Amino acid sequence: MSVRTLPVTRGGIGESVPRVDAVPKAKGTFLFASDLWAEDMLWGFTVRSPHPHARIRSIDVSGALAHPGVRAVLLAGDVPGRKTYGLEFADQPVLAWDRVRYAGEPVAIGAAEDPETARRAGERIVVDYEVLPAVTDMAQALRADAPRVHDFGNVLRHVHIVHGDPDAPADVWVEGYYETAVQDQAPLGPEAGLAIPAPDGGVDLYVATQWLHVDRQQIAPCLGLPAHKVRLHLAGVGGAFGAREDLSMQIHASLLALRTGRPVKIAYGREESFLGHVHRHPARIWMRHGARRDGTLVCVRARILVDGGAYASSSAAVIGNASTFACGPYEVPNALVDGTAVYTHNPPCGAMRGFGAVQVCFAHEAQMDRLARALGRDPVELRLRNALRTSSVLPTGQVVRGSAPVAAVIRRCAALPLPPEAPPAGRGDPRAYPGGCGNVSRGERLRRGVGFAVGYKNIAYSEGFDDASAARVRLRADAAGPIAEVRSAAAEVGQGIHTILAQIARTELGVERVAILPPDTGVGSAGSTSASRQTMMSGGAVQAACAAVREALFARVRRSLARPRGELRLAGGLVLLDGEPVGPIAAFLDEPVEAERVYHHRPTRPLDARGQGEPHAAFAFAAERAVVEVDEELGLVRVVQIAAAQDVGRALHPQSVQGQIEGGTAQGLGLALMEELQLRDGRIRNASFTDYLIPTIADMPPVVSALVEEPEPGAPYGAKGVGEPATIVATAAIVAALRDATGRELNRVPVRPDDLAGLAPPVAPVAPPPPPPQGSGPEPVPWAHGLATGQHELLQEPAHEGAGEDPRPWERTRGGTGS
Amino acid sequence: MDVFVPRTLDEALEIKAARPDAVPIAGGTDLMVELNLNRRRPRALLDVSRLAELRRCGREDGAVFLGAGVSYTRVIAELPECVPLAQASRAVGSPQIRNRGTVGGNLGTASPAGDALPVLAAYDAEIVVATRDGARALPWAQFLVGPKQTALPPDGLILGARWRIARGPGSFSKVGTRNAMVIAIASLCLVLDEEQRAVRVALGSVGPTVLRAPDAEAYAAEAMARAGTWDDPAALPAPREIEEWAQRVAGAARPIDDVRGTAAYRRHACAALARRALRWALEDRRAGGRA
Repeated sequence: MSVRTLPVTRGGIGESVPRVDAVPKAKGTFLFASDLWAEDMLWGFTVRSPHPHARIRSIDVSGALAHPGVRAVLLAGDVPGRKTYGLEFADQPVLAWDRVRYAGEPVAIGAAEDPETARRAGERIVVDYEVLPAVTDMAQALRADAPRVHDFGNVLRHVHIVHGDPDAPADVWVEGYYETAVQDQAPLGPEAGLAIPAPDGGVDLYVATQWLHVDRQQIAPCLGLPAHKVRLHLAGVGGAFGAREDLSMQIHASLLALRTGRPVKIAYGREESFLGHVHRHPARIWMRHGARRDGTLVCVRARILVDGGAYASSSAAVIGNASTFACGPYEVPNALVDGTAVYTHNPPCGAMRGFGAVQVCFAHEAQMDRLARALGRDPVELRLRNALRTSSVLPTGQVVRGSAPVAAVIRRCAALPLPPEAPPAGRGDPRAYPGGCGNVSRGERLRRGVGFAVGYKNIAYSEGFDDASAARVRLRADAAGPIAEVRSAAAEVGQGIHTILAQIARTELGVERVAILPPDTGVGSAGSTSASRQTMMSGGAVQAACAAVREALFARVRRSLARPRGELRLAGGLVLLDGEPVGPIAAFLDEPVEAERVYHHRPTRPLDARGQGEPHAAFAFAAERAVVEVDEELGLVRVVQIAAAQDVGRALHPQSVQGQIEGGTAQGLGLALMEELQLRDGRIRNASFTDYLIPTIADMPPVVSALVEEPEPGAPYGAKGVGEPATIVATAAIVAALRDATGRELNRVPVRPDDLAGLAPPVAPVAPPPPPPQGSGPEPVPWAHGLATGQHELLQEPAHEGAGEDPRPWERTRGGTGS
Repeated sequence: MDVFVPRTLDEALEIKAARPDAVPIAGGTDLMVELNLNRRRPRALLDVSRLAELRRCGREDGAVFLGAGVSYTRVIAELPECVPLAQASRAVGSPQIRNRGTVGGNLGTASPAGDALPVLAAYDAEIVVATRDGARALPWAQFLVGPKQTALPPDGLILGARWRIARGPGSFSKVGTRNAMVIAIASLCLVLDEEQRAVRVALGSVGPTVLRAPDAEAYAAEAMARAGTWDDPAALPAPREIEEWAQRVAGAARPIDDVRGTAAYRRHACAALARRALRWALEDRRAGGRA
């Protein structure tokens, strides 16, 4: 009798395989977008407005054009197609023509033979501005007498959610006011790309982005080209976190390449990077929670204000998220939520990891702790008592249909071991104390605190948008055996989707050799690498395409076999019939097998005027417990440990999941303790990594994580996206721990040393919450068009039919032109 | 932009005399950032990294000489007995920055946030400056004359810093909102000089340049004398005297509000750091003293 060894496929799902890009990234040979180079290429530059609000009287480009080595200078009048673009509303000028609405807005671009010449040429462009009054405060933007950012007013979107009876009586009420600052995604790779003019009159653009196809949808109309003549290719992406959802240099480089007939590279420096991408919305949040004496939540009232800055970007979807997640992952029978995103003359805000859920989690978790105190209950027990579960009804009326192991993440997190009690003094190394390498402590005035937070957010896009993902898989054989080629436009931004797609192909096709082809617009859209969605969406597409390939291969196998009945399987490079090998896969691949499939998530519905609908496709939950030590005299902090439990559905690559939890926690820690893009009168004051601080390894504690695996129905292998939940809860958990350590209110993040040392009081609202603007629901943007809400794909060129409006206002700007 | 790469100090000084607009560069951790950010466009650079005279480091004639081209990594390895200086060096940037950055760079840039500067001030160091006509030493306070301003002549180069070796404990501390790789919001260096029975304290990032607090220094030295601390490490000044010392140190600060911190916090931090540093020094003396 022989022992049968079952063939296995190594490197499939569930294994923490080496990342496909690990070696080149570790060795420094991986090419990022800023490393791009082409023979004979020019260097592009951008001239930006120094004023938050001004009228452009004139632009004199003659000095720049006369500068040796300058090959082109372009103004708004040189944009051949649509003059504006945008993710949800095409309200952002490619180049400003008559007005600038934020400090940093592009007004002119150019190209020169080398970067130094480009920089000097930019300084020779003279723009004559008439400075106008600016509104840079989000509450003032809602006042009737505020300067208007756009002609139609300053309300970007208002979301009004009424659930149950918001006047329901409760035994205990708690009330709080919260603020979050502007956070920056701070990707280490600055915005960069290379545009190469093509013989067909089109352009090939190599760029670091999160969604190739939505970039193209915005770029092509501005270039006046059909989509097929604008081909995008993903360049090496050095981190994204939402910062690459909006366009930065894409249209500019393409315009310059088409004008000069030469490849044009634009690579922002660090300072320009801070001006060249959107930021996390700063928020002001008023919340009132009512509960029964036994701790059961009765009612939540929330007023949320976020500053969208000068252009819409994804603000409509962010305020949609902030409003729909305002009550936290709890059963709340009655609620009234009013969320408003406003336009101001601040730099635009848009997508960042957590996408509106971060700000409200900071508020609702502080409220839950307040409520626990008011009721004399344990904060963890209070959360458990009210935890959402499958079949719960959300304030939008949406019923939670997928997995919702909220109680499980709370219990698993709370059960993780606490760090040992450290002696207050005599630890030897200053890095063991708050202040770290600064050597400020031998254990003086040290207070330890513990905080807990739970949060959740949507996976994939919401409010009726079908952000489908396509993938093509080809199975072929060469001398080395079978190989699966996966073609997907999913942007690998450092998170590891390429490795996941390879694992899925191995599992589905039983082959170990997988080639991930470079992402480009030659295949269908994969949707954005955002919203924790690619594992579910592009993973689902690759899984479906592999299944189609497999079925086609099985048809071949059945045709060639004498015994057509029985179950066929692929594993370890073999075809198996009822578990018995019938031959190598390669034997059936005289011709390759290929299939393309599109994966759709469960359909969603937009919100109605009372905020009712089915806005979200699926949810991911997380809980974190933070242990901190505070030097209460110097107001410095050392986070001692983070314990995290996250609802991941199923971990396809456990090490990557843990990596996302740790990285997400670091970004949440940054917002809790140090990350603030400081604005004064609309201008960024700290556009550098010297003064915009992000956590270092000396600031990050060990993260102990537990993965809660309760499969999501309908998702590939039950996997949920994992990128965002840790960021959402980390900020709230760390600040809760700081409150526990110091007894201070700490209602604004980032918490500053002044706050912890008692030198600054809690922030107070300068005025009562602004009343909801008239006309709840989305405000359409005249002439710029836009679909109401959600990150909808752009429609065709809008009709410019505004009454009495100059249909082509950009042509009023006199301007220079290319040489 | 011209780049000069002299092999000898004489050659470097000749070039500097001919081209006073040439900006010296050693590790480049300040200058290259300024170039990259387009804040500065010198017409010429003078690379001093090959000059042997600037790389000397160690005891010479009862004093310590620290060459302007010595990296912070080398300071940590080669001058461990200069505890506050080693602590300041460890607080500089990241390992990569410490491998490149030099004390000469701190002196040349003359930022009030330069981590090594409060230590040199508390050591009462002299700055050795050379021109074609020879070398001379300037007391640190005559060298650091204002924010980003030094008394370096246009044809001069910084050779290094020199200070008398003082016996006694001391420390350097720096406050920032991040636990590493941060520009100081406030920093403080304390040195107890057992021979002169003197207390010296210097503050960084809380004024236009590095500041000493002579009033607080005299007060602490007297308080220690009254308590008999200089002779008996177990005899300590009263807690209210340590508090008075801390307040006097904070009173010497001239802080402003800026993007990194508030003036109120800076003053508060100076008092806290002063209190701690003096207590640590007194503790260390009791425990047997540290050089």
